[in-house]
Amino acid sequence: MPDGPGLELLRGEIEVDASGAVLATSFEKERAVLIVDAARVLDVLAWLRDTPGQGYRFLSSLHVADYLPAEPRFGVHYELLNRDRVERLRVKAMLPSESPEIDSAVDLFPTANFQEREAYDFFGVVFRGHPELTRILLPEDYVGWPQRRDFPVGGEPVTFTYSEKRYG
Amino acid sequence: MAEPRFPQSMIDEDAALPTVASLYDELDEDRTTEVMTINIGPHHPATHGVLRLVVDLEGEIVRDLKPVIGYVHTGIEKSCEDKSYWKVIPFVERMDYVSFFFQMEAYCGAVERLIGLEILPRAKYLRTIMLELNRIHSHLVWLGTTALDLGAISMLWYCFRERDRILDLFEMATGQRMHTRYFQVGGVIEDIPVGWEEKCRSFVHDMPIRVGQYEALLDRNEVFLQRTKGVGIVSRERLLELGVTGPLLRAAGEPWDLRKAFDYLAYPEMDFNIPVGTVGDNYDRYRVRLAEMVESTKIIGQALDALPGGPFIADDRKYVLPPRSELSTSMESLIHHFKLVTEGYRVDPGEIYYAIEGPRGELGCFVLADGSSKPARVHFRDPSFVNLQAFKDMAMDSYVADMICSLGMLDPILGGVDR
Repeated sequence: MPDGPGLELLRGEIEVDASGAVLATSFEKERAVLIVDAARVLDVLAWLRDTPGQGYRFLSSLHVADYLPAEPRFGVHYELLNRDRVERLRVKAMLPSESPEIDSAVDLFPTANFQEREAYDFFGVVFRGHPELTRILLPEDYVGWPQRRDFPVGGEPVTFTYSEKRYG
Repeated sequence: MAEPRFPQSMIDEDAALPTVASLYDELDEDRTTEVMTINIGPHHPATHGVLRLVVDLEGEIVRDLKPVIGYVHTGIEKSCEDKSYWKVIPFVERMDYVSFFFQMEAYCGAVERLIGLEILPRAKYLRTIMLELNRIHSHLVWLGTTALDLGAISMLWYCFRERDRILDLFEMATGQRMHTRYFQVGGVIEDIPVGWEEKCRSFVHDMPIRVGQYEALLDRNEVFLQRTKGVGIVSRERLLELGVTGPLLRAAGEPWDLRKAFDYLAYPEMDFNIPVGTVGDNYDRYRVRLAEMVESTKIIGQALDALPGGPFIADDRKYVLPPRSELSTSMESLIHHFKLVTEGYRVDPGEIYYAIEGPRGELGCFVLADGSSKPARVHFRDPSFVNLQAFKDMAMDSYVADMICSLGMLDPILGGVDR
């Protein structure tokens, strides 16, 4: 993990090549986080991947979290891994609750394919430029985004014959 | 009697399969290659779970492939959001149902790092022992079922014989054979019982001998070698692009193992090797996993030798249940117990991604805490789910029978894929 000062140095270096792309940094629980502008997330990811001396070439995980009362509401997390220096770095882009959209990272990291589809499936986050953005785990005719915080647990009615008879 | 259209002598046995296919095209210009789309699964014994494959076949050669998943999706991640932190543990165990200890460790480790709870040395060692036993268990299930796919039926019985000994050990220590709920936030729920260590040692002594027997059965088996050598090769660079980790990546020659790279549990104090392959074909994947089983027994043996004394769970009453004996004498313990069992503990807002080396690769757990006693999001980066993306590369332009072999060597657990 880059430490606190290392993270600020990293931010400064990104600022030179992609000015204004990094909105903020945070360092909590010994994990370095870059919070980036959602419109320019690919610039930052490509910079981190390709710049000599950085080499965050492995995308461990891509997932979305819903910070419901907050706005922007959805956080797209890219867990990058530098396997030479054995460092993890989280890049986070925040998306608004109305029509959350972000560029797809599949061209940079082919591993993002299934993971972006999963994020779309459960949160309705649209990844622009994804080769096949369809539901992956839920049925293709499913309506709704079940992992959002305002989707109730048990929101999916379970049709047991017993409950139908008993409760109509 | 008419000459066969493509006599056997025309086929160059050494040529790669795509070359054979194009040879057919050159011979007969008018021949229209018919590509047939067939469906394999979801209920098919060779798909190792509820996996559906839509395969485009030209003759017997796979020209395109698409895995269709989601048949055992049960919404575990969503259900976890409605449970207090300690009630999530039995849920996450049931994702990847053959590596339950790993799911528990990924989740408990993530929560411990969120609340800043250091676990005690004995708990670290006990967890390491259980994880490595589970790794052997998982590889045994893999070896038995995959060898079964390749026609080596007796392997299944031999592997499940040893697997039963591991399950007996789990039952003795935890009360359950699978889905044990043994790891707790702060340590483990119970100490190992008297006699467990000897039983485990006898298993550790026997297991390398058994692995040797498996090798004797398979390593010089003509059918097995022909079916695995040179089949399903994917380059190391491509695997890394696709995010593949674990034995698949190591079989391609990349010595990447989170147990060595990151500092967690008792692994920094253990002396073990990372087996790697050279070619990255299905044979290397088999060799790497067998070698890993032996390395795991070495880790268990060392951990048993160095097993430190002391308590097995952290003494932090805000997060860990008080001992049963105190409940009848101490009012404070009773209050803590009541509070923990009813509401659970609250976790300050924060988020964490904690990854460990599972039997199939990087098993990551992301936990988002919002200050309440229930996690706001629990996400698992399941290695089976990510590794499945490499399946197309492994199976393209090979025979459909080799595709089945590659799928077995990929070792996806569909419970983990669909969650």
